[in-house]
Amino acid sequence: MDLRRDIFQAIADPTRRAIITLLAAHAMTPGAIAANFDSTRQTISKHIQILAECELLTQQQNGREIYYHLNPKKMKVIADFIEPFRNMWDDRFNKLETIMKQYKTKK
Amino acid sequence: MERKTKVHAEEGTQNILITREFDLPVELLFKAYTEPDILEQWMGTKVLKLESKKHGAYAFETTDPQGNVLFKAHGTIHDIIADQKIIRTFEMANAGFDVQTEFIEFEALTDNTSKLIIQSVFRSVAYRDAQLKLPFAWGINMAHDRLQQIANALK
Repeated sequence: MDLRRDIFQAIADPTRRAIITLLAAHAMTPGAIAANFDSTRQTISKHIQILAECELLTQQQNGREIYYHLNPKKMKVIADFIEPFRNMWDDRFNKLETIMKQYKTKK
Repeated sequence: MERKTKVHAEEGTQNILITREFDLPVELLFKAYTEPDILEQWMGTKVLKLESKKHGAYAFETTDPQGNVLFKAHGTIHDIIADQKIIRTFEMANAGFDVQTEFIEFEALTDNTSKLIIQSVFRSVAYRDAQLKLPFAWGINMAHDRLQQIANALK
Protein backbone atom coordinates (compact mmCIF):
# COMPACT_ATOMS: atom_id res chain seq x y z
CA MET A 1 0.00 0.00 0.00
CA ASP A 2 1.24 3.47 -0.84
CA LEU A 3 1.17 5.10 2.57
CA ARG A 4 2.10 8.53 1.32
CA ARG A 5 -0.86 8.59 -1.04
CA ASP A 6 -3.21 7.64 1.75
CA ILE A 7 -1.98 10.47 3.95
CA PHE A 8 -2.79 13.06 1.33
CA GLN A 9 -6.19 11.51 0.79
CA ALA A 10 -6.75 11.69 4.52
CA ILE A 11 -5.99 15.40 4.77
CA ALA A 12 -7.97 16.30 1.64
CA ASP A 13 -11.14 16.34 3.77
CA PRO A 14 -11.95 19.49 5.81
CA THR A 15 -13.46 17.57 8.75
CA ARG A 16 -10.36 15.41 9.01
CA ARG A 17 -8.16 18.49 8.90
CA ALA A 18 -10.26 19.95 11.71
CA ILE A 19 -9.76 16.77 13.76
CA ILE A 20 -6.01 17.05 13.22
CA THR A 21 -6.13 20.66 14.44
CA LEU A 22 -8.04 19.62 17.58
CA LEU A 23 -5.58 16.85 18.35
CA ALA A 24 -2.62 19.15 17.83
CA ALA A 25 -3.53 20.71 21.19
CA HIS A 26 -3.87 17.47 23.18
CA ALA A 27 -4.93 13.81 22.99
CA MET A 28 -8.70 13.27 23.00
CA THR A 29 -11.29 10.49 23.25
CA PRO A 30 -13.52 9.85 20.20
CA GLY A 31 -16.48 11.27 22.16
CA ALA A 32 -14.64 14.50 22.99
CA ILE A 33 -13.61 14.88 19.34
CA ALA A 34 -17.19 14.29 18.11
CA ALA A 35 -18.52 16.90 20.57
CA ASN A 36 -16.78 19.56 18.43
CA PHE A 37 -18.76 18.74 15.30
CA ASP A 38 -22.38 18.85 14.19
CA SER A 39 -21.98 15.52 12.38
CA THR A 40 -23.09 12.26 13.96
CA ARG A 41 -20.72 10.33 16.13
CA GLN A 42 -20.56 7.55 13.50
CA THR A 43 -19.45 10.02 10.82
CA ILE A 44 -16.69 11.36 13.06
CA SER A 45 -15.70 7.79 13.98
CA LYS A 46 -15.27 7.02 10.30
CA HIS A 47 -13.03 10.08 9.85
CA ILE A 48 -10.96 9.08 12.89
CA GLN A 49 -10.64 5.57 11.50
CA ILE A 50 -9.30 6.86 8.17
CA LEU A 51 -6.76 9.09 9.95
CA ALA A 52 -5.70 6.15 12.15
CA GLU A 53 -5.41 3.79 9.17
CA CYS A 54 -2.78 5.94 7.57
CA GLU A 55 -1.03 6.33 10.93
CA LEU A 56 -1.68 10.05 11.31
CA LEU A 57 -3.30 9.18 14.65
CA THR A 58 -2.18 6.69 17.24
CA GLN A 59 -4.40 5.07 19.88
CA GLN A 60 -3.72 4.79 23.56
CA GLN A 61 -5.88 2.73 25.90
CA ASN A 62 -6.38 4.48 29.21
CA GLY A 63 -8.65 2.37 31.44
CA ARG A 64 -11.96 2.12 29.60
CA GLU A 65 -11.22 5.09 27.37
CA ILE A 66 -9.30 5.24 24.11
CA TYR A 67 -7.31 8.41 23.53
CA TYR A 68 -6.15 9.53 20.10
CA HIS A 69 -2.80 11.29 19.65
CA LEU A 70 -1.29 12.91 16.58
CA ASN A 71 1.63 11.03 15.14
CA PRO A 72 4.22 13.79 14.68
CA LYS A 73 6.38 11.67 12.38
CA LYS A 74 3.59 11.29 9.85
CA MET A 75 2.50 14.91 10.24
CA LYS A 76 6.00 15.97 9.30
CA VAL A 77 5.73 14.08 5.99
CA ILE A 78 2.78 16.31 5.08
CA ALA A 79 4.33 19.53 6.33
CA ASP A 80 7.60 18.93 4.48
CA PHE A 81 5.76 18.41 1.24
CA ILE A 82 3.16 21.20 1.13
CA GLU A 83 4.45 23.73 3.61
CA PRO A 84 7.31 25.27 1.58
CA PHE A 85 4.94 25.73 -1.36
CA ARG A 86 2.33 27.36 0.87
CA ASN A 87 4.98 29.48 2.55
CA MET A 88 6.27 30.74 -0.78
CA TRP A 89 2.80 31.99 -1.76
CA ASP A 90 2.08 33.31 1.71
CA ASP A 91 5.27 35.41 1.56
CA ARG A 92 4.34 36.73 -1.88
CA PHE A 93 0.79 37.60 -0.87
CA ASN A 94 1.94 39.27 2.36
CA LYS A 95 4.19 41.45 0.22
CA LEU A 96 1.37 42.15 -2.23
CA GLU A 97 -0.87 43.26 0.64
CA THR A 98 1.80 45.55 2.12
CA ILE A 99 2.64 47.10 -1.26
CA MET A 100 -0.98 47.77 -2.16
CA LYS A 101 -1.78 49.24 1.25
CA GLN A 102 1.01 51.75 0.69
CA TYR A 103 -0.22 52.33 -2.84
CA LYS A 104 -3.68 53.12 -1.48
CA THR A 105 -2.44 55.73 1.01
CA LYS A 106 -0.22 57.34 -1.62
CA LYS A 107 -3.19 58.00 -3.88
CA MET B 1 2.17 36.12 11.44
CA GLU B 2 -1.30 34.78 10.89
CA ARG B 3 -1.34 32.14 8.18
CA LYS B 4 -3.92 33.28 5.71
CA THR B 5 -2.87 31.56 2.50
CA LYS B 6 -4.45 28.15 2.00
CA VAL B 7 -3.20 25.51 -0.40
CA HIS B 8 -5.40 22.61 -1.30
CA ALA B 9 -4.07 19.84 -3.51
CA GLU B 10 -6.44 16.93 -3.45
CA GLU B 11 -4.72 13.61 -3.97
CA GLY B 12 -5.09 12.11 -7.42
CA THR B 13 -6.30 15.33 -9.06
CA GLN B 14 -4.45 17.59 -11.49
CA ASN B 15 -5.33 20.73 -9.50
CA ILE B 16 -3.73 23.03 -7.02
CA LEU B 17 -6.13 25.43 -5.33
CA ILE B 18 -4.67 28.48 -3.59
CA THR B 19 -6.95 30.84 -1.67
CA ARG B 20 -6.18 33.98 0.23
CA GLU B 21 -8.15 36.87 1.70
CA PHE B 22 -6.76 40.39 1.58
CA ASP B 23 -7.39 43.60 3.50
CA LEU B 24 -7.62 45.33 0.14
CA PRO B 25 -10.42 46.45 -2.17
CA VAL B 26 -10.72 44.06 -5.09
CA GLU B 27 -9.56 46.81 -7.53
CA LEU B 28 -6.18 47.03 -5.79
CA LEU B 29 -5.80 43.26 -5.68
CA PHE B 30 -6.47 43.10 -9.42
CA LYS B 31 -4.03 45.96 -10.05
CA ALA B 32 -1.29 43.99 -8.31
CA TYR B 33 -1.71 41.37 -11.03
CA THR B 34 -1.84 43.69 -14.00
CA GLU B 35 0.72 46.46 -13.32
CA PRO B 36 4.21 45.21 -14.23
CA ASP B 37 6.13 47.33 -11.69
CA ILE B 38 3.85 46.19 -8.85
CA LEU B 39 3.86 42.54 -9.89
CA GLU B 40 7.68 42.62 -9.96
CA GLN B 41 7.80 43.70 -6.34
CA TRP B 42 5.64 41.01 -4.81
CA MET B 43 6.46 38.12 -7.13
CA GLY B 44 10.16 38.83 -6.71
CA THR B 45 10.81 38.43 -10.41
CA LYS B 46 11.54 40.73 -13.31
CA VAL B 47 8.62 41.29 -15.65
CA LEU B 48 9.91 41.27 -19.23
CA LYS B 49 6.49 41.55 -20.76
CA LEU B 50 2.95 41.85 -19.43
CA GLU B 51 0.10 42.58 -21.81
CA SER B 52 -2.94 42.56 -19.53
CA LYS B 53 -5.49 42.06 -22.26
CA LYS B 54 -7.31 39.23 -23.98
CA HIS B 55 -4.80 37.17 -26.00
CA GLY B 56 -1.94 39.18 -24.50
CA ALA B 57 1.35 37.56 -23.50
CA TYR B 58 3.59 37.78 -20.47
CA ALA B 59 7.13 36.74 -19.53
CA PHE B 60 8.95 36.71 -16.18
CA GLU B 61 12.61 36.20 -15.47
CA THR B 62 14.67 36.04 -12.29
CA THR B 63 18.44 36.31 -12.38
CA ASP B 64 21.07 36.11 -9.65
CA PRO B 65 23.45 39.07 -9.07
CA GLN B 66 25.86 37.53 -11.61
CA GLY B 67 23.16 37.60 -14.27
CA ASN B 68 22.53 33.84 -14.40
CA VAL B 69 18.90 33.02 -15.10
CA LEU B 70 17.35 31.23 -12.11
CA PHE B 71 13.74 31.25 -13.21
CA LYS B 72 12.02 31.96 -16.48
CA ALA B 73 8.33 31.63 -17.18
CA HIS B 74 5.89 32.79 -19.80
CA GLY B 75 2.31 32.38 -20.91
CA THR B 76 -0.68 33.77 -22.74
CA ILE B 77 -3.65 35.54 -21.26
CA HIS B 78 -6.69 33.71 -22.52
CA ASP B 79 -9.25 35.99 -20.94
CA ILE B 80 -9.25 38.92 -18.57
CA ILE B 81 -12.15 40.75 -16.92
CA ALA B 82 -11.20 43.70 -14.71
CA ASP B 83 -11.63 43.03 -10.97
CA GLN B 84 -13.06 39.57 -11.69
CA LYS B 85 -10.78 37.10 -13.38
CA ILE B 86 -7.70 36.25 -15.39
CA ILE B 87 -7.41 32.97 -17.25
CA ARG B 88 -3.88 32.36 -18.44
CA THR B 89 -1.40 29.66 -19.34
CA PHE B 90 1.84 29.35 -17.41
CA GLU B 91 4.97 27.55 -18.46
CA MET B 92 8.27 27.47 -16.68
CA ALA B 93 11.26 27.22 -18.97
CA ASN B 94 13.42 24.10 -18.57
CA ALA B 95 11.28 22.68 -15.76
CA GLY B 96 9.89 19.82 -17.85
CA PHE B 97 6.40 20.22 -16.40
CA ASP B 98 4.61 21.24 -19.57
CA VAL B 99 2.15 24.11 -19.59
CA GLN B 100 -0.53 24.65 -16.94
CA THR B 101 -3.75 26.64 -17.03
CA GLU B 102 -4.42 29.14 -14.27
CA PHE B 103 -7.88 30.36 -13.37
CA ILE B 104 -7.34 33.41 -11.19
CA GLU B 105 -10.52 34.76 -9.63
CA PHE B 106 -10.86 38.06 -7.78
CA GLU B 107 -13.77 38.42 -5.43
CA ALA B 108 -14.92 41.49 -3.50
CA LEU B 109 -15.87 40.49 0.06
CA THR B 110 -16.58 44.00 1.36
CA ASP B 111 -15.57 47.47 0.09
CA ASN B 112 -12.17 46.98 1.67
CA THR B 113 -11.58 43.25 1.64
CA SER B 114 -11.24 40.77 -1.16
CA LYS B 115 -10.49 37.16 -1.92
CA LEU B 116 -8.17 35.57 -4.43
CA ILE B 117 -8.82 32.05 -5.72
CA ILE B 118 -6.23 30.46 -7.99
CA GLN B 119 -6.94 27.12 -9.58
CA SER B 120 -3.97 25.70 -11.46
CA VAL B 121 -4.72 22.76 -13.72
CA PHE B 122 -1.83 20.54 -14.80
CA ARG B 123 -1.48 18.09 -17.65
CA SER B 124 -1.03 15.15 -15.29
CA VAL B 125 -1.10 14.29 -11.59
CA ALA B 126 2.66 13.70 -11.74
CA TYR B 127 3.32 17.22 -13.09
CA ARG B 128 1.05 18.65 -10.41
CA ASP B 129 2.96 16.85 -7.67
CA ALA B 130 6.30 17.90 -9.14
CA GLN B 131 5.24 21.56 -9.12
CA LEU B 132 4.06 21.27 -5.54
CA LYS B 133 7.37 19.77 -4.45
CA LEU B 134 9.46 22.35 -6.25
CA PRO B 135 9.72 24.98 -3.48
CA PHE B 136 10.63 22.15 -1.12
CA ALA B 137 13.42 21.10 -3.48
CA TRP B 138 14.53 24.72 -3.90
CA GLY B 139 14.57 25.02 -0.14
CA ILE B 140 17.00 22.13 0.09
CA ASN B 141 19.20 23.37 -2.74
CA MET B 142 19.52 26.86 -1.38
CA ALA B 143 19.73 25.69 2.24
CA HIS B 144 16.91 28.10 2.80
CA ASP B 145 16.47 29.38 6.34
CA ARG B 146 12.77 28.82 6.13
CA LEU B 147 13.12 25.04 5.96
CA GLN B 148 15.03 25.12 9.17
CA GLN B 149 12.32 27.24 10.76
CA ILE B 150 9.64 24.76 9.68
CA ALA B 151 11.66 21.86 11.01
CA ASN B 152 12.19 23.70 14.29
CA ALA B 153 8.52 24.50 14.61
CA LEU B 154 7.67 20.82 14.26
CA LYS B 155 10.14 19.63 16.89
